[in-house]
Amino acid sequence: MLEAIILTIITAATPLLLAAIGELVAEKSGVLNLGVEGMMVMGAVAGFAVTVSTGSPLMGVVGGAVAGVLVSLIFAFVTLTLVANQVASGLALTLFGLGLSGLLGESFVGQPGIKLASLDIPGLTTLPVVGKIVFGQDILVYLSFAAVFGVAWFLNRTRAGLILRAVGDNHASAHALGYSVIGVRYLAVMFGGAMAGLGGAYMSIAYTPLWVENMTAGRGWIALALVVFASWMPWRAVIGAYLFGAVTVLQFHAQALGIGFPPQFLSMLPYLATVIVLVAISGNRRATLFNTPSSLGKSFVPDR
Amino acid sequence: MMRLELVKRAEKSRLMSVLSPVVAVALTVVFAGIVFAAQGHNPFTGIWYFFLEPITSLWGVEQLITKATPLVIIALGLSVCYLSNNWNIGAEGQLTFGAIVGSIPPILFPDFVNPLVLPLMLLMAMAGGAMFALIPAKLKTAFGTNEILTSLMLVYCANLFLDWMVRGPWRSPEGYNFPITVDFHEWAVLNAVDVGGIYLNLSAPIALLLVIVLAVVMRSTLKGFEIRVLGQSPRAGSFAGFSTRRMTAFAFALSGALAGLAGVMVVMSEIGKLQPVISPGYGFTAIIVAFLGRLNPVGILIAGLVIASSYLGGEAIQTSLQMSSKLATVIQGVLLFFVLAADTLILYKVRLVTGREGEGAHA
Repeated sequence: MLEAIILTIITAATPLLLAAIGELVAEKSGVLNLGVEGMMVMGAVAGFAVTVSTGSPLMGVVGGAVAGVLVSLIFAFVTLTLVANQVASGLALTLFGLGLSGLLGESFVGQPGIKLASLDIPGLTTLPVVGKIVFGQDILVYLSFAAVFGVAWFLNRTRAGLILRAVGDNHASAHALGYSVIGVRYLAVMFGGAMAGLGGAYMSIAYTPLWVENMTAGRGWIALALVVFASWMPWRAVIGAYLFGAVTVLQFHAQALGIGFPPQFLSMLPYLATVIVLVAISGNRRATLFNTPSSLGKSFVPDR
Repeated sequence: MMRLELVKRAEKSRLMSVLSPVVAVALTVVFAGIVFAAQGHNPFTGIWYFFLEPITSLWGVEQLITKATPLVIIALGLSVCYLSNNWNIGAEGQLTFGAIVGSIPPILFPDFVNPLVLPLMLLMAMAGGAMFALIPAKLKTAFGTNEILTSLMLVYCANLFLDWMVRGPWRSPEGYNFPITVDFHEWAVLNAVDVGGIYLNLSAPIALLLVIVLAVVMRSTLKGFEIRVLGQSPRAGSFAGFSTRRMTAFAFALSGALAGLAGVMVVMSEIGKLQPVISPGYGFTAIIVAFLGRLNPVGILIAGLVIASSYLGGEAIQTSLQMSSKLATVIQGVLLFFVLAADTLILYKVRLVTGREGEGAHA
C-alpha cells in the first residue's frame, strides 16, 4: 500500500518538476514565460504522436522536448526580439498551444499509446521496500532529478550560470559588461520549452499512455506556482513538486478508500493547494523579494 | 548574418496605434491562407469560408452577434483590469460562478414566477462574479499573492463546483439522470425578438450600452484617469491620492461582475438551464478580444465581432471543407501573437540589419 502511494506520488510529481525546473531557469534569466501550460500540452501531443508513429517511446520523449522548444521560440521572438509584453505573450502561447495541440491531436484521440519502459535491473529492482521506488522508474523520473542537480550546479557553480543570473538581476549592467542579454534569454527560454515539453511528454507517454485534449489540465500553471514556492531554488522545487504530487494522489486514494466526499471537491485539491501555498509564500515578503530576479518580466532593448 | 534591430521612436506613433491591429489581422489572414494551402485547399476559398461566408446571411449575422456579445462584455471588464495593471485571467471562473449564483431564483424558487426574476438574476450573477473575482484581488492586496496564478486556479474550482451542483444538489428530478438542472421558467430566460430579420435578445443591447458607458468613463471621468494613471505609474497615482489597493479591488470586482453577467445571459438565452459546461471558453477568448481591441471599449466591440467570426469560421470550414473546427482556436492564438508583436511598431521602428553594420557602437 505505502509502496503504491509513493509510486503514484512520483508519477504525479515528475511532470510538475520537469516543467518547473525549466521555468526556473527562464525566470532566473529575467523572462517570465506564462506559456508553460501551452508548451507542456504541445510536448504531450508531440510526444504521443511521435511515439505512436515510430513505435518508440524514447523517440516520443525527444519529440516532446523538440515541440516544447519550437513553440517557446515563438514566445522568445515576440517578447525578446520584438519586446512585446511578457505576461500577455505568455497567455497567447498557452491559448495557442492548447488550440494547436487539439488540432494536431484530433486523429490520435482514442488511439492506444505505448508506455515508457521502467528501469529493470536484475537484483536491484527486485530489492524489498526500496527496489521498485529507487531502481524501477522510467528514464524521465531520473532525468528530472538529474535536471535539478544539473541546474543547481549550473546556476551556482559555473561562470555561465553566473552570467545568466546577472542577466536576470540587472540586464543593463550585464549588457554593459558585454554579455548578450537577448542571447542568454533565448537559450533560457528554449531550455524552459524543452523541459516543459518533456513534462508534457511524460503525461502522454508515462502517466497515461493516451492523448486527451487539454490533458495537462493546468499542470503548467501549477509548475509556475512551484517556481514561486521554490523561491527560485532548484532543491525547493523538488519539495514543492512532491508535495503537489502527494495532494494530487490523495484524491485517488481517498476515492479508493470510499471516503464519502464528492469527487469534484477532491479534484479541486491541487488547485486550492496552489492558492494556499502561494498565499503562505507571499506572507514572507522579504525572502521572496530577495530571491526574485530583479529584471523578471522586464523587456530589454540594447542601446547602441 | 541578419537580425532585427529596434529603434525607439521619439514619441508614440499615432498612425501605428490605429494600424497595428489591422496589420495583425492581415497577417493572420495570410497565416490562415498558408494553413489552407498546406492542407491542400485553395487558400482563397479557405479564407472566404472562414472569414467571410459566415456573415453573408442574416442568420450568420445573428450568430455573430450572439457569440460576440459575451466576449465583448467580458473583455470590457478585463480591459479595466489590464489597464490598471491587474492581471485577471480567471474570467472563465467568474463567468461560471456568476452564472451559478444568478441561477438561484429559477432553480431554488421555481414557483416565484414574476417579471422581477429577470433583473434579479442579472444582479445576482454580477454580485456572484464580483465576489468570486474579489478572492484573488483580496489575496493580492492583503498578502501580495500573484493574482495571475490565483485567479486561474479558481477557474478550475468554479468549473468543478458547477459540475458538482448539476450532478448533485441541483440535478433535475425530471432530467432522466442527466447532469442538468430544471428548465428555467418564462421570466428566467431571455427571449429573442425580431429586429429587421435578425433575432436578438436583451444581451446584445446591454453589451452595446456597456461599451458606451465604459468609453465615456474612460475618456471623460476622473475614474478613467485614475485607472490609467495607476496602471502606468502607481507612484504617480499615489501622489494624486489614488489607492492601488482600492483600484485592484475595483478592477477585479468590475470584471468579475461583467463576466458573471455575461455568463448568466448565455445560460438564460442559449441553454435555459445549468449543465456541466456552459461556456466554450468565452472567459479566455475575451483576453484576446481585450488586447486586439487595444484595451479600448470601441476597439473591443470591433475585436469581439472579429473573434466571434472566427468561431463561426471554424464551423463553416468544418461543413464546407471538412477541416477541423479547432483551427479556429489556433487562428485566435496566432492573432493574439500578431497583435502583441505589431504593437511594437507603435513605440519602435524595426530595421533589418545585415552583416556587422550597427554593431559598431559597442563592439
